[in-house]
Amino acid sequence: MPQTRVLLKNIGTPDSETLDGYLKNGGYQALKKAVSDLTPEEIVDSVKRSGLRGRGGAGFPAGMKWQFCASDQACPKYVICNADEGEPGTFKDRILLEEDPHAVLEGMALAGYAIGANQGYVYIRGEYYKGALSLEKAVTEANQHHYLGQKIYGTDFDFNIQVFRGAGAYICGEETALLDSLEGKAGRSRIKPPYPVNQGLWGKPTCVNNVETLTNIPWVVNKGVDWYRKFGTEESPGTKIYSLSGHVNHPGNYELPMGATLRELIYEYGGGIRQGRRLKAVMPGGASSACLTEKSLDVKMDFHSLAAAGSMLGSGAVIVMDENTCMVGAAHNVAAFFEHESCGRCTPCREGTHWIKRILERVKNFEAKSVAEIDLIADLGQNMRLGAFCPLGMGAPSAALSIIQHFRDEFETHVKEKRCPVNIPAVVPGL
Amino acid sequence: MINLTIDNKPVSVEPGATILEAAKACGVKIPYLCHYSKLKKPHGGCRICMVEVEGNPRLLAACTNPVAEGMKVITGSEKVHKARKFVLELLLSDHDARCITCEKDGDCKLQKLAYEYGVEEPRFTGARRNYGVRRDNPFLETDHDKCILCGRCVRVCEEIPAVAAIDFIKRGFATKVSPAYDKALNCVFCGECMYACPTGAINSKIGRYQGRTRDLKAVESVCPFCGCGCNYSLLVKNGRVVKVQPKKNSPVNDGSLCVKGSFGYDFIHHKDRLTTPLIKENGQFRPASWDEALGLVAEKFKVIQAKTGADSIGGFASARCTNEENYLFQKLMRAAVGTNNVDHCARLCHASTVAGLADSFGSGAMTNSIAEIANAKTILVTGSNTPETHPIIALQVFKAVRENGAKLIIADPRQLRFSPYAQVQMRHKPGTDIALFNGLMHVIIKEGLEDKDFIAQRTEGYEELKKVVERYTPEYVENITGVPQEQIIAAARLYATNKPASILYSMGITQHVTGTNGVKTIANLAMLTGNLGRESSGVNPLRGQNNVQGACDVGALPNVYPGYQKVADVAIRAKFEAAWGVKLPANNGLTITEMVKAAGNSLKALYVMGENPMLSDPDLTEVKKHLESLDFLVVQDIFMTETAELAHVVLPVASFAEKDGTFTNTERRVQLLHKAVDSPGEARTDWQILCDLSTRLGYNMSYDHPSQIMDEIASVTPIYGGISFERISKLGLQWPCPDKNHPGTKFLHKDKFSRGLGKFFPIEFQSPPEWPDAEYPLILTTGRVLFHFHTGSMSRRSKGLEEVCPKPYVEINPVDAVKLGISDGEMVKVGSRRGEIQLAAAVNDRCTPGVIFIPFHFKEAAANVLTIAALDPVAKIPEFKVCAARVEKA
Ligand SMILES: Cc1cc2nc3c(=O)[nH]c(=O)nc-3n(C[C@H](O)[C@H](O)[C@H](O)COP(=O)(O)O)c2cc1C
Ligand code: SF4
Ligand code: SF4
Ligand code: SF4
Ligand code: SF4
Ligand code: FES
Repeated sequence: MPQTRVLLKNIGTPDSETLDGYLKNGGYQALKKAVSDLTPEEIVDSVKRSGLRGRGGAGFPAGMKWQFCASDQACPKYVICNADEGEPGTFKDRILLEEDPHAVLEGMALAGYAIGANQGYVYIRGEYYKGALSLEKAVTEANQHHYLGQKIYGTDFDFNIQVFRGAGAYICGEETALLDSLEGKAGRSRIKPPYPVNQGLWGKPTCVNNVETLTNIPWVVNKGVDWYRKFGTEESPGTKIYSLSGHVNHPGNYELPMGATLRELIYEYGGGIRQGRRLKAVMPGGASSACLTEKSLDVKMDFHSLAAAGSMLGSGAVIVMDENTCMVGAAHNVAAFFEHESCGRCTPCREGTHWIKRILERVKNFEAKSVAEIDLIADLGQNMRLGAFCPLGMGAPSAALSIIQHFRDEFETHVKEKRCPVNIPAVVPGL
Repeated sequence: MINLTIDNKPVSVEPGATILEAAKACGVKIPYLCHYSKLKKPHGGCRICMVEVEGNPRLLAACTNPVAEGMKVITGSEKVHKARKFVLELLLSDHDARCITCEKDGDCKLQKLAYEYGVEEPRFTGARRNYGVRRDNPFLETDHDKCILCGRCVRVCEEIPAVAAIDFIKRGFATKVSPAYDKALNCVFCGECMYACPTGAINSKIGRYQGRTRDLKAVESVCPFCGCGCNYSLLVKNGRVVKVQPKKNSPVNDGSLCVKGSFGYDFIHHKDRLTTPLIKENGQFRPASWDEALGLVAEKFKVIQAKTGADSIGGFASARCTNEENYLFQKLMRAAVGTNNVDHCARLCHASTVAGLADSFGSGAMTNSIAEIANAKTILVTGSNTPETHPIIALQVFKAVRENGAKLIIADPRQLRFSPYAQVQMRHKPGTDIALFNGLMHVIIKEGLEDKDFIAQRTEGYEELKKVVERYTPEYVENITGVPQEQIIAAARLYATNKPASILYSMGITQHVTGTNGVKTIANLAMLTGNLGRESSGVNPLRGQNNVQGACDVGALPNVYPGYQKVADVAIRAKFEAAWGVKLPANNGLTITEMVKAAGNSLKALYVMGENPMLSDPDLTEVKKHLESLDFLVVQDIFMTETAELAHVVLPVASFAEKDGTFTNTERRVQLLHKAVDSPGEARTDWQILCDLSTRLGYNMSYDHPSQIMDEIASVTPIYGGISFERISKLGLQWPCPDKNHPGTKFLHKDKFSRGLGKFFPIEFQSPPEWPDAEYPLILTTGRVLFHFHTGSMSRRSKGLEEVCPKPYVEINPVDAVKLGISDGEMVKVGSRRGEIQLAAAVNDRCTPGVIFIPFHFKEAAANVLTIAALDPVAKIPEFKVCAARVEKA
């Protein structure tokens, strides 16, 4: 079945990353239309009516964010493109950054026009070297040809973009930690409120959006709300790029309308499980999402349906594990990731991520003394969800908690019988 | 107001208040660890303050979450209790809970909460973070394994002293608080982090294992190390002061101290303390009884008095002793000896302030209070290295600029820790202050920014001033001072328009031959813009020594009795004659600098109480010659100072910790100190010695307690009229305080100057007496450093202070250093027309090229060997800030 390529439409076209290529693909027309014919309010209004929700993980309505930011009187304001893409298993922004950078820049310029900002920053993950080069080149080209910079399309609208490379911390993808990092501080989440829309970069109103979110904007402006809402569901309109990874035959990025099922994605697009094995578990929205099992394969991949199924859409990173996966190992792998990425500010996450990892290590190595240790993980997890300072710590135990819930017997076998029922070295692909 | 309920109790608070604040307001207790009431910004890290809010499935941190209308907060539920207990369990899982040897045992917030919530052995076992204890600095030891990473230390360091020496380094489980790159701590060592730490993770190396809070007796006192007069408690165990604790909510220091206050107290029990009177025989001191020693002093004074007259005897009172002692000292000199030859080291620091401001306003002291500085809109700091010499006042400046948006103007040749925050920084040539400020006034008048109403209603002499400053155009002033015109204009505009504006100044203005004129120029500037008689404005001389203000107030000056009442005034003299029951001498006495010059000539005997002219006075070679030629020198001190070594009789005295009495700080606040420990050996308090000696001289003096002396001071000193020990037992009082019901005076000259109208003095710039030439091409300026006090007799006997700053040095700009081929740390010779010293070069850009700086605390390379004894004609203050010098490789 063909994908529904809207955001990925330009990918694979000749010289898609260059200005020429982008213009041939109809690029910068939305920006032209906006600055010449539309008021900022009209754009904010279209984005609101489009129902576009943030693609960075939290799913916050983009139009509402823009409105908050636009109505704040303080200036200057800033637009930030969150290109940190640190969520394990997520690699959708990468392809846009590398192969269609002008689309991202156009989305940012439109955001700037809508909220009244003249400066944008792309905060790009340090490891995305190629993406950063591609962006920088795109910025230079766009500046030279006045698609960015001073007096865009001969109007009074100026918009400059600077690319900032991160230094490899997952927490810096969280929008307020990102702001601190951009300001030159160690990246740690800020207290909210105040929210970035009112007090963001340097304390000024700031709109932080994900790469994919911003890439939607030119489409909304160009083709209109009605066209846009043809894709997806009523409460999650548009298409979504899913990054499919793990034990599937064809891992990769797949753009589908919101609401396609998990089964379609894995079996029709991903070609099913490798070597004809059975699916054991799947994490549908990155490392902080609760895992689902075979039973849930018909869940629709949109914000609402996945939440109802007890998990979340997150960034759309779908990690598939087959029947040969040791779930203790899988849980440990995720736990190790969070232990490494906890910023250390708050007690529940700093200590909790450490102890979850440590206890799982003991279970995995058959060193745990009793099943009470498994319950301790549950206790830790509950308390982190209840009381961590920021979403990293709240989401960190989700994988471990859901895996224990679904596969408690495997844990007990490790503890009581000192053996692994699967007996295959555990690796969660993508981590 | 926002209305909410906490555990069903209704409460209304200001919008923006946190749940924690609301809980406090209605008496609901919520535990906290990372929250610290002194800090503005919350942290939200520890999570012990979690509460339930109806309708929210999560728990919220009370310290970071703002209240909302109709909010229902629950603090006592099972859910909350369990979550808090879990946080404690996690904290303890990583805590080296050896309370047995912990300094904080019994006083530790973690320990208290663990007990309250009944946290038993944590369920999390295995290896812990294991960072151990760091001791690689002179003052603090950090036990990382007792750190709960609450971040209080990190935040206080950034917010209060504005140092930011430490931060969280690494991250996640490996997080630790440490300086960048985990280097050794190198900061201003104020100890704020230690006071803020809720556990035993940060301890004073000086106080470690000396006693825990519950074993210590707290005795309220006042720090003896500078004019800020910080309030603190001496913590005593077994007759020794083993720690100190700053007083919370004190209007002076609000729970903060600087390094000298926090760690300098160990001089009290130093082995060098004098313990018995000493009499010199054949060039050697031998112990003597009090009876013998005082008998000898009385006899010698009597003989000299009879032979060459009372005026051949002089006395140096002391800016370190109490008001009561200084009062008795001047009374002894005047009533018992019969001379007005009494003075003290205010002569060397702020005599020009006392003289200048008395002429301009009618009284010479800080017009405003320390706490008012934080609310000034503009602050002009000139001739004051405030962050080092008055660190606690500097905190107010940091607060004003960093939190309240005030603008800072600096006029100082040297770079200060304030510099990065300055809107305008003028680095003028030393000794050109008058030209600079005339320049500011020129701009203000030219641009019509003067306060016309204030000038018309409250001042006189404006036209004359206007005429003189006319000539001081920005170009002209740039030529003299080296300050670019734009800076002069910018500073003038800012100071004149962004009000209230407060001026802070210190010895950079006063220690010149033109010191009195410099002070009057500052007064002109303030009056011109109406920045006087209002809160957070004013002219604020920062006084140096702990009781230099008080020693002046109680008359340890040659021309005035207590309360600045003039000796020359017949009616006043008659009043004191009646009060003291003797005939008093009518002529003004000699100043310190004049007494030194007269020593060996017309002056035969000198009585020195707690001063050290052999290090503090200019041109030391000359000073020594004079002191050695005295017939009789008595020195009364806690240590064998350089001056005491020259004495015929040395009397051992009690330190500040060993007596009751009062000090008056730089903001005119009279504050009480209490006896905490006994004096070593036979040392006695100065006031007891003075009584004894006076009686032996035939003028009876007898008091049971210093409070009686204060009552006497109050009876003869109008500005202290309402002050008594009883009234200041809780909180000091600021003079003028004329009667028992008067609340004291926060700022001076409110509707009227002390002298009626404020007086403008037209003042021309005059070059310093010695200016660089081919032979001595550099300008030498002297001053103080953070880690030492005055001549170092106390601070250099403090283990930590001496360890952190053990050696004299000369600061020299890299431009000059390169020319001279000198590298950092190298030994050099610095010479002037009066002498030469050897010391290490500190090559840095704190001085501009052409200027060098030497701190005056170090006897092994005494800066005052080089300085010039040229005097201000009015105040007789020496020119410490400018002389010509040269530097050579040693
Ligand atoms: C721990 C953590 C990591 C995150 N990492 C990313 C990221 O890499 N990229 C991203 O776009 N959003 C990330 N987010 C979400 C951002 O905080 C923020 O919600 C997003 O950038 C908003 O943009 P959107 O509304 O367009 O999604 C992360 C959030 C958390 C809590
Ligand atoms: S939950 Fe706490 S420790 Fe974890 S990343 Fe957020 S602030 Fe840092
Ligand atoms: S810090 Fe507190 S809990 Fe820890 S050892 Fe010291 S007294 Fe005990
Ligand atoms: S002693 Fe003072 S300056 Fe040094 S780290 Fe502590 S708070 Fe900061
Ligand atoms: S050293 Fe003390 S104040 Fe600093 S983080 Fe640790 S426990 Fe908190
Ligand atoms: S006191 Fe509120 S989180 Fe620490």
